[in-house]
Amino acid sequence: MHNRESAFKTMPDPESLPRRHLLAAAVGGALQVTYGPALAAEKPLLTVAAFPLVDVIAKDLLKGWSQRHPEVRAQVISRQYDDHHTAMTTALSTSGHLPDVIALETSYLGRFSLGSGLEDLSAPAFGAERFKDRFVPFAIETARNRQGALVAMPSDIGPGSLFYRVDLLAQAGLNEADLTRSWESYVEAGAQLKARTGAYLIGDVRLLKDIIVRAGTPPGEGQFVDNQGRAQITSARFVRAFELAKKVRQQGLDARVEVWQNDWAEMLKRGRLATEMSGCWMAGQMANWVAPGTAGKWRVAQLPENAYCSYGGTYYAIPRRSAPERKQLAWQLIQELTMDRQRQLDAFRSQDAFPALLASQDDTFFDQPVPFLGGQHARQLWRDAARRIPVVKMHKQHKFADEVINAELDNVLEYGKAIPKALEDAQALVVHRANR
Amino acid sequence: MSFRIPSRWAPYLLVSPFLILFAVFGLFPLLFSAWLAFQSWEPTSGIEAMQFVGFDNFVFALTDGWFWKSLRNTLWLAVATGVPQHLVAIPLAVFLHRSFGRWRGLFSGAYFLPYITSTVAIAMLFGSLFSTDYGLVNQALHAMFGTDNINWMRSPDAIKPAVAIIVFWRYVGFNLVLYLAALQTIPNDLYQAAKLDGAGAWQQFLRITLPGIKPMILFGVTLSIIGGLQLFEEPFILTNGKGGADQAAMTVAMYLYRLAFDFSDFGGASALAWIMFGIIALLTWLTNKAFADKQVQR
Repeated sequence: MHNRESAFKTMPDPESLPRRHLLAAAVGGALQVTYGPALAAEKPLLTVAAFPLVDVIAKDLLKGWSQRHPEVRAQVISRQYDDHHTAMTTALSTSGHLPDVIALETSYLGRFSLGSGLEDLSAPAFGAERFKDRFVPFAIETARNRQGALVAMPSDIGPGSLFYRVDLLAQAGLNEADLTRSWESYVEAGAQLKARTGAYLIGDVRLLKDIIVRAGTPPGEGQFVDNQGRAQITSARFVRAFELAKKVRQQGLDARVEVWQNDWAEMLKRGRLATEMSGCWMAGQMANWVAPGTAGKWRVAQLPENAYCSYGGTYYAIPRRSAPERKQLAWQLIQELTMDRQRQLDAFRSQDAFPALLASQDDTFFDQPVPFLGGQHARQLWRDAARRIPVVKMHKQHKFADEVINAELDNVLEYGKAIPKALEDAQALVVHRANR
Repeated sequence: MSFRIPSRWAPYLLVSPFLILFAVFGLFPLLFSAWLAFQSWEPTSGIEAMQFVGFDNFVFALTDGWFWKSLRNTLWLAVATGVPQHLVAIPLAVFLHRSFGRWRGLFSGAYFLPYITSTVAIAMLFGSLFSTDYGLVNQALHAMFGTDNINWMRSPDAIKPAVAIIVFWRYVGFNLVLYLAALQTIPNDLYQAAKLDGAGAWQQFLRITLPGIKPMILFGVTLSIIGGLQLFEEPFILTNGKGGADQAAMTVAMYLYRLAFDFSDFGGASALAWIMFGIIALLTWLTNKAFADKQVQR
């Protein structure tokens, strides 16, 4: 208020001023009103950079944080998912406009953690190692850099499961076990589903290929490159994944629609997709906006052959070059964002952000039925999956390798390219870039 | 107290806003990119992580399968969008010029509209039109020719034509305006004289119109070559920044961006940018040479 009053007091009589001066005075006054109080306060400003939904969770936490830390101001800067990670790359590369806390999505974690731009949270100043047993093992182990130090703390994860339409299954004379016994039985059930109901088994065969490749990865190894740096793309699990994908496409069991595209959503709404392999958060997405009309018709099961994996997740990290005087505050904030049992539960309730924190997973909320899934106690199933997910090491070229393999799968499916040749070509491209 | 700028400094002062902006947003990125092309850099590790690697990035780019794939895509799209743009825009401009008199502005404005429409809006609109099961394009094709639904976005063979249609639709109006402007510079006397000599419409077009707009054709073709080889927005937004199935719609400009921001290889991306600069410069020079030779012969 003080600044606003002084701005008006110093303003000369409008009658005596030329229009240009009046405009300048007005703009100056407005700026003082806008920024004046903030400048006067001179409190340290703690900045969290996040992307949609994670930003909501962070903002909720910051409301309470500001009351507990009146000496600090805190803000959340939110950008769209890709823009956020691009902006963080730029900020880390130039060390300019670095936030104090960065939210990172799992698929970007490999790239960020393998550089040296993130603070070593295992260092004595932070002592993150003492908290490692509080999280589901795979989530915390994924956040290590090449030297084995923790560079981020997990917040939420997406235990994978098989969503299936119980009504379509019944119509086709199938049961859950027919889908989950093995990947081969899943495909056979798909053929029966298609024949009797007309529904596709899955949106796109890529999803099937991805999970077979991931599930077959030896624990502690990389999905595409092993711990000795050898590319694994011509290995048996890739061959199996490609062969099954080819079989699915040849039988016309996949709808060839990409997740989140209009056609995919429309097919889910109209009951033309019988199964969906995704993280547990998909239940909330379907219930809230993708296909709310299908409530009660879906169920979840563990993925075929008891494959356990996570679809997405969020981590928080501190940039190594951010303001040193605020790093401990940032670390405190990260601890609240990742280790506050109640807040993790709140985020799960409101945003379907499944907590990586083990303490949150013992709440009675996990024993409650999920209405969208016909009252199934699905959260127990996801909790079980979360604790069994093996650690898969991320490689710097993970994203590139993923796309190269998808492109070669397209070549197999569209042009009949021989699978061994496709995998060899993919491997050659990945090797060509592996050390860049 | 009065402050006077010495007259010899005045010109520099007056052009300084442009020079400063150009230095910051034009020259610096250009020089930095040239510097980066010889460095290996993991950007998330900070600026000090750069290491000089000589010509490694150029060798990598030239031996990278995805560079050649994206170059083939780019050339395909440049030809498939560039050639029809001019083949349609020239006769259309002649038709509008002759037939609509003072109303031609209205029609050329209508054709120009896609050029100034937001790319995001265009991509969203065409994303819906090209939808496999629910899109108007497939519905229309099915109604007219009884064809099966084409998976425009997920089929490598279909995605290129889909992008080409959008680019053609967007830029044909721009070329139309160029040619309309050129047509207005041709004196009407030439046509009247040709008519008196018994020249038909086709002969007039061939002997008067085409030579008259030749400088504009050179300009338009040069712009199309540069624009075609730098094609980015339409395929980027339409394919969610990935390039579609088998990266069939990933242009070099897209790959260059992805190499830097998706795959964290700023050195390789910079080298690629300079290789692309060389290719564009060469093609532009060849175009100029081709047109210049003909003018000399004439």
